[in-house]
Amino acid sequence: MLTDQQIRELEDTARHLRVEVLKMLHTSQSGHTGGSLSAIDVMTVLYYQRMRHDPSNPAWEDRDRFVLSKGHAAPALYACLAGCGYFPKEDLKTLRRLGSHLQGHPDMNKTPGVDVCTGSLGQGISQAVGLAMATRLAARPSRVYTLLGDGEVQEGQVWEATMSAAHYGLGNLCAIIDQNGLQIDGATEDVMNVGPLGPKFLAFNWHVLEVDGHDIQAISRALDEAEAETERPTAIIARTVKGKGVSFFEHKASYHGVPPNDDELERALAALAMR
Amino acid sequence: MSEKIATRDVYGQTLVELGRENSKVVVLDADLSGSTKTKLFSKEFPERFFNAGIAEANMTGMAAGLAAGGMIPFASTFAVFAAGRAFEQIRQSVAYPGMNVKIVATHGGITVGEDGGSHQSVEDLAIMRSLPKMTVLCPADGPETGAAIRAAAAYKGPVYVRLGRGKVPVVFDQGCDFTIGKGVTLRDGSDLTFITTGLMTAEALLAADILAEENISARVVHLGTIKPIDIDLVLKAARETGAIVTAEEHSVIGGLGGAVCETLAEGYPVPVERVGLRDEFGQSGTAEELLVHYGLTAAHLVEAAERTLARK
Repeated sequence: MLTDQQIRELEDTARHLRVEVLKMLHTSQSGHTGGSLSAIDVMTVLYYQRMRHDPSNPAWEDRDRFVLSKGHAAPALYACLAGCGYFPKEDLKTLRRLGSHLQGHPDMNKTPGVDVCTGSLGQGISQAVGLAMATRLAARPSRVYTLLGDGEVQEGQVWEATMSAAHYGLGNLCAIIDQNGLQIDGATEDVMNVGPLGPKFLAFNWHVLEVDGHDIQAISRALDEAEAETERPTAIIARTVKGKGVSFFEHKASYHGVPPNDDELERALAALAMR
Repeated sequence: MSEKIATRDVYGQTLVELGRENSKVVVLDADLSGSTKTKLFSKEFPERFFNAGIAEANMTGMAAGLAAGGMIPFASTFAVFAAGRAFEQIRQSVAYPGMNVKIVATHGGITVGEDGGSHQSVEDLAIMRSLPKMTVLCPADGPETGAAIRAAAAYKGPVYVRLGRGKVPVVFDQGCDFTIGKGVTLRDGSDLTFITTGLMTAEALLAADILAEENISARVVHLGTIKPIDIDLVLKAARETGAIVTAEEHSVIGGLGGAVCETLAEGYPVPVERVGLRDEFGQSGTAEELLVHYGLTAAHLVEAAERTLARK
């Protein structure tokens, strides 16, 4: 259980990271706003409270691994990595610029702290499965976390990976599904209804938890429960809001891949400052 | 050259040796371990063998993750599925990040035989060659396969190795060397050069014998590495013999023939005849029948040599 003080601090961090994401996307004028904001609370708990990692030693072998399978939420990842000290926050202004180490989608060879390259949906979870296998073979204490989109799970490869993680009993693997209900063409259930997700992961012999993906305490508790399960991989279905934290971005598929303009940034920062 | 060995058999045996030497070597397969011969490894090292089931995309991604975790994964299935079905996984999860993954595809080419065109990859070398950071190997025989697999294991980065199904004549000595990026001149000659890969190298040696009886001196250069191609050796052959015949158990588009022509066009243009499949798929038949049907025999190489000599 997190203390009230810890929760307040993590909520503050998440708010700060939302500001960084919006500024970053406003500067680059290119990138994915809605899905970065929906994922921030989960990623805040992972990077600031849960994962064993050392920003001064990104190659630490025993670190926990994080695979952003929904690679288009790269701004959220970059905000976390800069916030934790993997690289200067100043670098965030170079997002998506020629020569920047902050590519449009995560690149392990360019950005300190990025564990694998992702961006083509459905592929990150397979790599997370492989990482969990390698971790177990090497008898390392690391856990492997991967974050997927709820549109991403329409990819058949996700279910191939799901099948294999259960088959190999990867208790050190935790997949979190950022269930914001929207994808670029509209509502996920309208574009291609793959739900209900919980029963599907359960049917694939996973340990399944469902939480409010913006409730810091609930996220942390779910991660505790995931860690306590050592025989099966855990899926945490995190119910989230696309664009969370900025009212006029919330629940809108139209902000999937659209950055804030000057006016929207100003209003968004004001709204986040008031909270 | 009377002895015949299947390259996939040597692959399976070499994997077991590598497994004994290095605990980081792990192997993946997609329900074809009996055919690709990775089953030999799975029996000795069950904890380091991962059957993905019939799910090549995930197998490729898992291999990438295992590499990210410090292992040296070898992932195997038939060439049509390895390079075809899992192409985008190879692109995004293996080649783009430069992962230390070895994709060893068996059953390349038409000598798959009776299974037919659906299972005969005639395009895998072209597909894999087009990927940045990818190294592409196609050994000639059993001994060279053993050396090539060892070279792939020692090399840090993505490698695609194409092997075959059937037994092929032994060209190289046991314990031969394999240097990635270096071709081998198996026979010297001055009138033309056969530049070949895979099982076509044995045919080129036979063709050179036939041509010698007609007082035509044919050089035979084997390229066990399709990419990076041995530019120096190819240009040297062009300068010194002035005519080239390429031969591969693959489409003439984009594979060895394509690579040699690109190299010559930029470096030293001479007449070239490409022997291979002429932009067509294979079909059912025995391996021997198919090699004759598609023009991949020593006799066809002799004809191609005569055509290219006439253009000198």
